[in-house]
Amino acid sequence: MATRITIDPITRIEGHLRIDVEVENGKVNKAWSSGQMWRGVEQILLGRDPRDAWAITQRICGVCTTVHAITSVRAVENALQLEVPLNAQYIRNMIMTAHGIHDHIVHFYHLSALDWVDVVSALKADPVKTAQLAESLSDWENNGRHVFIDVHERLKGFVGTGQLGPFTNGYWGHPAMKLSPDVNLLAVAHYLQALEVQRYANKIVSTLGSKTPHIQNLAVGGVSNPIATDSQSVLTVERLMLIKEMIDKLGAFIRNCYLVDVSAVGAFYADWTGHGQGITDYLAVPDVPMDSAGTKFMMPGGYIKGGDLASYHPIKTFGDPYFRDGVAESVKHSWYNYSNGGALHPWKGETTPHYTDFQDDGKYSWVKAPTFYGKPAQVGPLAQVLCGAAAGHQPTLTYLNKVVDTVSTLAGTRIPLTALHSTIGRHAARAVRCAVLYECLQANWQALMENIAKGDVKTFNKPVFPKGEVMGVGFHEAPRGVLSHWAVIKDGKIANYQAVVPTTWNAAPRNEEDSVGPYEAALLGTPIADPERPLEVLRTVHSFDPCLACAVHLTDLEHKTVVQVKAL
Amino acid sequence: MRVVVLGIGNLLMSDEGVGVHAAWALQEAFVLPSEVEVVDGGTTGMELLPELEDLDHLIVIDAVRLGKPPGTVARLVGDDVPAFFKTKLSPHQVGLSDILATLRFAGRSPGRIVLIGIEPASLEMGMALSAAVAPRVDEVVALLVGELTAIGLTMERRA
Repeated sequence: MATRITIDPITRIEGHLRIDVEVENGKVNKAWSSGQMWRGVEQILLGRDPRDAWAITQRICGVCTTVHAITSVRAVENALQLEVPLNAQYIRNMIMTAHGIHDHIVHFYHLSALDWVDVVSALKADPVKTAQLAESLSDWENNGRHVFIDVHERLKGFVGTGQLGPFTNGYWGHPAMKLSPDVNLLAVAHYLQALEVQRYANKIVSTLGSKTPHIQNLAVGGVSNPIATDSQSVLTVERLMLIKEMIDKLGAFIRNCYLVDVSAVGAFYADWTGHGQGITDYLAVPDVPMDSAGTKFMMPGGYIKGGDLASYHPIKTFGDPYFRDGVAESVKHSWYNYSNGGALHPWKGETTPHYTDFQDDGKYSWVKAPTFYGKPAQVGPLAQVLCGAAAGHQPTLTYLNKVVDTVSTLAGTRIPLTALHSTIGRHAARAVRCAVLYECLQANWQALMENIAKGDVKTFNKPVFPKGEVMGVGFHEAPRGVLSHWAVIKDGKIANYQAVVPTTWNAAPRNEEDSVGPYEAALLGTPIADPERPLEVLRTVHSFDPCLACAVHLTDLEHKTVVQVKAL
Repeated sequence: MRVVVLGIGNLLMSDEGVGVHAAWALQEAFVLPSEVEVVDGGTTGMELLPELEDLDHLIVIDAVRLGKPPGTVARLVGDDVPAFFKTKLSPHQVGLSDILATLRFAGRSPGRIVLIGIEPASLEMGMALSAAVAPRVDEVVALLVGELTAIGLTMERRA
């Protein structure tokens, strides 16, 4: 007899995602991923000036503000075939990479670590032994015994007040929690250090973007940062030197702490390399453009079929027809109606709500089901790292090998690269990508300094909108994966606009062919120790870094379902 | 002294964004002293941490569901604010309650928290406030000025 478990909401910070699983003989045999809120932002954009779209789209999501802004200007620039000055590319790249680093660090330490780390168990740790363990793993400067003694004391005080704050409602003592008290204490200490470090990434974004969390400096055609070597109010060499200091601090933390911690979690939870594989058709787009036209990228992207790196098909430029022509969205199982049947290309996309109740075999989600040449695809850091490995991208290979070696040493057995197709593999890939982003951030800082030194201070090319209709696609390899904005512009006004966001790809419901989406596929076969506390489901879904706020939006009070199991 | 006036809400969902509209209105109407920073928080989460660390006063403006007539303005202070964000009254309860809890664990909590809430009339897609809520923004601005004055700050209305 199968047991049905409903988890709603499933995300810690941004809610609105519901997961249903059917468990039989201790394993998941059916899964449904459902977005519980409607997204209609596209309709707000109709008839507006395309130069304003980026400022509006960055309000789609509270977590991914800058990524929507950047993707939107790219879509309009693509429609106009407008190049952007080198300085603008470098500044955008620095904002993007700093944002990505911030997002990955916060996801690992503050949003998902509690699926693996038992905070209450850390109370039983011996801080001196924790320090010995930490020092054996890495020469990170903040691994001294005084650090762990202090954190241990602070934790005791915190738990003693009965207020666990961010740790309330954790699955403490769950049989699937495997770390020793000392490792748990190590993780709690790095949780606090990561809080400090994420500020540097944020500071880079706010310095370059004028403000955070909503940047102000973008423009279709470039950026609005004036560059000068002699003024206080603009981007000066002095400010750039401050940014360099922060880049260095981020690099030290990523290399000595994040990569090591993710490897340790991977080694102690090596059995989780066998769970959560799901869909192994991977899609990533190239990013960090280093020329004005968007034809040379620091990070590769493309499509990998069936997990086979030899099948890698690269995406080469902004507007590459291989990507442009491959994307479509189905609403067969989503709460929308299309005027005709079948999946639609985003330029022809429609957003007409049609709510039914939750139908297991019919419509059950506000998320559409995107496909690449008719197939669902997994997106995100794992997809991107695999494309990097397939393309022979050196920074990706270097950091990937470092993680695989560390995990293998700690686990005492050689971990193959295929272990990446898993729940724990997605965490490892995110750390690798974070390290690669740091390299890109560093390189773009250097490139910007050198270009300014040559006397080039240009940051903006004025857009000109033609009479008649033009269409553009902008893409960005965002922290959660492939993000694309599709704009149709008629006589200088937006005539259609669709955003196909990363979580739409991964949280997709069944598609036109009734094939399951990536979350759903990844959950199949997952062992569930205790149906009342389905920690294993959370682990796999959280490993994708779900952010439903932008996949769907709008409060849906009438249709709110009963919270049967409350996730953190 | 460090003071943040934080407007939160989604500008794409009419009255949901009233906190941000009110924060902007304050900034447009007054020249604020250097101790005060106005933050447009939108619907962001952990990105706000650095802005909210080690504050003396945090004043939050948000749309809240009080079950009162649309446009009703309410004020909460102190421990009631984190408790409030744990209930279902605010659409942003998850994000802000997590941030406040994280700040507490890190030992960087604001010295004092005040929440100014406005009952929304409409949460439909749209960038303008509803007719019931828009006229109340001036009232909220006056309340904010009162809060800032009460903690000893002075400010001048822009010409």
